[in-house]
Amino acid sequence: MSRLLARILADPSACRGLEAAQWTALVTAARAESLLGSLAFRLEGEPGLPAKVVQILEAARWDSEQARTQALWEAEMARRALAGTGAPVILLKGTAIVAAGLDAGRGRSIGDLDILVPHERLDDVQRSLLEAGWEWVKEDSYDDLYYRRWMHELPPLIHRTRDRMIDVHHTILPPTARPRPDAAALIAASVALESGLRTLSPEDMVVHSAAHLFADGDLAGGLRNLWDIDRMLREFAARDPGFWPRLAERARLHQLRPTVARALRLARALYATPVDPALAGRPRLSDRFFEARLLARNGWGQPTRRALRFAFYLRSHWMRMPPLMLARHLWTKATR
Amino acid sequence: MRHALNVAIGPVSFRVGSAWRSPVAALAGLYRDYPAPADEVCDFTVRLEPEKPWRRWLRPSVAIHGDYMLPDAAPLSLAHGLLAAEMGMNLQMALGQKRFLLLHAATVERGGRAVILTGESGAGKSTLAALLGERGWRLMGDEFALLDCESGMLHPFPRAISLKNGSIEVMRKVAGEGRLGPVLEGTPKGTIRHLKPRPEAIARMTEPARPALILFPRFGADRAMRPVGAAEVFVRLTQASTNYVALASRGFDSLSGLVATCPAMAIDYPDADTAISLVEALFRELPQ
Repeated sequence: MSRLLARILADPSACRGLEAAQWTALVTAARAESLLGSLAFRLEGEPGLPAKVVQILEAARWDSEQARTQALWEAEMARRALAGTGAPVILLKGTAIVAAGLDAGRGRSIGDLDILVPHERLDDVQRSLLEAGWEWVKEDSYDDLYYRRWMHELPPLIHRTRDRMIDVHHTILPPTARPRPDAAALIAASVALESGLRTLSPEDMVVHSAAHLFADGDLAGGLRNLWDIDRMLREFAARDPGFWPRLAERARLHQLRPTVARALRLARALYATPVDPALAGRPRLSDRFFEARLLARNGWGQPTRRALRFAFYLRSHWMRMPPLMLARHLWTKATR
Repeated sequence: MRHALNVAIGPVSFRVGSAWRSPVAALAGLYRDYPAPADEVCDFTVRLEPEKPWRRWLRPSVAIHGDYMLPDAAPLSLAHGLLAAEMGMNLQMALGQKRFLLLHAATVERGGRAVILTGESGAGKSTLAALLGERGWRLMGDEFALLDCESGMLHPFPRAISLKNGSIEVMRKVAGEGRLGPVLEGTPKGTIRHLKPRPEAIARMTEPARPALILFPRFGADRAMRPVGAAEVFVRLTQASTNYVALASRGFDSLSGLVATCPAMAIDYPDADTAISLVEALFRELPQ
């Protein structure tokens, strides 16, 4: 069912002729992949939808409008809390996408607020957030030490009254990962929004999305992240003919060229995204595994392909740490 | 999933899938007389499945999953599979319903005008609504009142009424054994039996009604009533709503519209007959 979902997102006319049971399965799969809002905007105005589908999608559009308002408000709260530090505050992921008014933001679900700040300003930022009502989520001292020594972000903070999480990043991949993105270059190239908050440059947004999807984590929720990449590539390439060469240049700078190439190939495979063939490179056999993992969900919303999922889970740890450190980490987590 | 059933309750439809036969069979029995939504797209999906694969056979335990889930909900025993299905459907409504403002309330209707009965769990609203449903009122629902954000109308949600402990015997005497579902003993909420609404309530389950009166019933005190001010009604209804915050300005607008147009009373009653006479009297006094 995920494959049908991807096809309809790419080409809404592919939903014509679906039967009631298929619609139910499609809606369920889209909810499970956090793509119902995106689907709702893609199918807006599509003729001949069943009445019930129209109602479900209309409610999903209202809901994502509300999510957008809340995400922007949360970003504004962070801006006010951090204004005194003078540090540049760069929005990442969903909040950045909607704050920049990108196509990818239409119907996008948004969870936590993710921001990037210069590493040397982390102490100031942390202090200001704690003063403004954010609190640590994890109290465990191993977790805390782990985050501080080995992660690209502070341990998560949650706001006392608004109950929303913030992830404060100082770069876009853990320092233990093999690629070493250039955090200073990310910040230097960032773009100011009217509010004074910033986003990454368009090329860096794509690089970050690709890194987040393919170089960090087990691809859970990956279909949605790949949809972001599809929308961004289409929009940025249409806006600016110099986009593809600059994307290649930034991917190289951040040591993420193979990762970006993988993202381009999979976006092309699943969403028919027009991509620069030179940057995408030749298809690799392993692309098939990534594709299968991204589509591992059925029409009941259940995860499928258990072994493949587990393999990607192991991969996510393998990429994050050298073997000895990984063994120690897993040992600590298993025995505490 | 191996076993599945579509159920439509009022304007909302559910697809319930199960790894075991018995929960779906029990659900099918309870909803046999409801119009079948076989050819309809379902709003929500519920999955009753084992938490770990081996728990399908070995000490089967039913985890309640679906479009919307609570991360740490405790699984139920297979004997309580029907309750799991009901909880799964309620959960979809509570977390996923965005078309209607959802009030945790029972609703009855007469002459196109609806009475909303709301209050904390255990206040007796479910039993009171069930009794009214046997005495000339149309039961619109015992659990959720659905307020249409656009029209301000109330939509029915006449699911099978979930009777608990003492109220089971009360309703068995009034409605008879034939409309009661299986006895579920030892559930987290005690003994539960479901009561099918009367055929008229099911036949008219897609027919909305204009809200006319809001009541806050309380069982176990001497007969009394007092008017409740608009501000208090508003705040109590925000607390009785599962999606007021999620609906944002739509929720605020429809709830303030409801509070501005409906009188509200708190009623205390020592027994069912008193409660029914109070509801009847207050309803008669409403301006036509």
